[in-house]
Amino acid sequence: MTQIAVIDYGMGNLHSVSKALEAVSQKESIVITSDQEVIKTSDKLVFPGVGAIKDCMEAFSNDLKETVLEEVKKKPTLAICVGMQMLLESSEENGGVEGLGLLNGKVCKIQSNKDIKVPHMGWNQVNYLKEHFLLKNIKDSSYFYFVHSYCCPSSKDALTETIHGEKFVSSFAKDNIFAVQFHPEKSQSAGLQLYKNFLDWSV
Amino acid sequence: MSVAKRIIPCLDVDKGRVVKGVNFLNIRDAGDPVEIAKRYDTEGADEITMLDITASHETRDTTYKTVESIASQVFIPLTVGGGVRKIEDIKKLLRSGADKVSINTSAVENPGFVQEAADKFGSQCIVVAVDAKAKTDKDNTWEVVTYGGRNRTGIDVLEWTEQVTEYGAGEILLTSMDRDGTKEGFDNNLVSKVSSGISIPVIASGGVGNLDHLIDGVKIGGAEAVLAASIFHFSEFSIKEAKEAMKASGITVRF
Repeated sequence: MTQIAVIDYGMGNLHSVSKALEAVSQKESIVITSDQEVIKTSDKLVFPGVGAIKDCMEAFSNDLKETVLEEVKKKPTLAICVGMQMLLESSEENGGVEGLGLLNGKVCKIQSNKDIKVPHMGWNQVNYLKEHFLLKNIKDSSYFYFVHSYCCPSSKDALTETIHGEKFVSSFAKDNIFAVQFHPEKSQSAGLQLYKNFLDWSV
Repeated sequence: MSVAKRIIPCLDVDKGRVVKGVNFLNIRDAGDPVEIAKRYDTEGADEITMLDITASHETRDTTYKTVESIASQVFIPLTVGGGVRKIEDIKKLLRSGADKVSINTSAVENPGFVQEAADKFGSQCIVVAVDAKAKTDKDNTWEVVTYGGRNRTGIDVLEWTEQVTEYGAGEILLTSMDRDGTKEGFDNNLVSKVSSGISIPVIASGGVGNLDHLIDGVKIGGAEAVLAASIFHFSEFSIKEAKEAMKASGITVRF
């Protein structure tokens, strides 16, 4: 049986993510885990993250970080929100934090003004730059739910983009890594379809 | 294109049942929160807010169970408020599946709580609920009220919303206690003053009686989101009808 590990390093919306995966899974087993052995024996990984990036990086112990970095390089991986930001090169949040550098790009603060509210909170359109298996059966420019104050303005690994004042990268794809700024587990049918595609995805 | 304006149905829950009162009186039973949440999700609600209006210690476990049950069946954001007083309360609600937690009276009594909560869990999940009442001695000024409107604090609403924004609130749920339950529409003067003074999103609440009121909250009030309870519970209007009306008036909404 295919096993999906939702990585628990103490900083994620794990309940929502695993409930959404369960809602679309037919035969896969979904485990929330911080156990390195379980992560190593799982077939696919989900890497969530919520809150401040510095807290997320700090919550991530060195041992676990090493295992996750190794495994993320070879298994189909879905990174979400701050989990996505952690895979990039760096973030200017919390006075500057170094990322894991698996994806190209840097994270910057979203500029607010009277019309552009920060956090960027709510439903916004995800516009395709390329095709990808994880976008299968989801219409271009569908709405997904976002909650974030920092974003990546551009990346060589960009798959989709979204506009909130300025354009930013709303998802990334590189080899076996798929990473999203939005929360598919909060994005109703479009989000559930994305999770289903992730379960069906083989790299 | 930009972020869509949100429609948020609100469930006022008392001992595990959805109720809706007029000015917090004459409470009517409107049904099971999980069933109602599922219906709103299907109709296209952008988010759901659940307020535990009893919020006493005896009913707390019922609240966590209800949150868990909604969160495992409805895949849109869920905000939960009512009786949130300690960091531990927030932790339990988030663990039960809430995405955001709304803090009201305890924010006024201890503003440091907002800061502590935002630092610990991130601004994105901290909503500060502000209940506002017009001051009788001066036009266009409002004061913060607590304990469901029973207690006037003398705190100016505009100053308060700026302050909690600095403390790290991610969103303001702004309820006009003068309008709540009246079906006369939002106090858009209040909404627009608060909304233009801060950089975080404002959810307008209190007073919706028809679909034009929702449109006015966005167009006149400048709200990022509009919240209503009774017009949806008793199926006077569906969420879909509300969205169609907003779209027809030129507002960006999600379908």
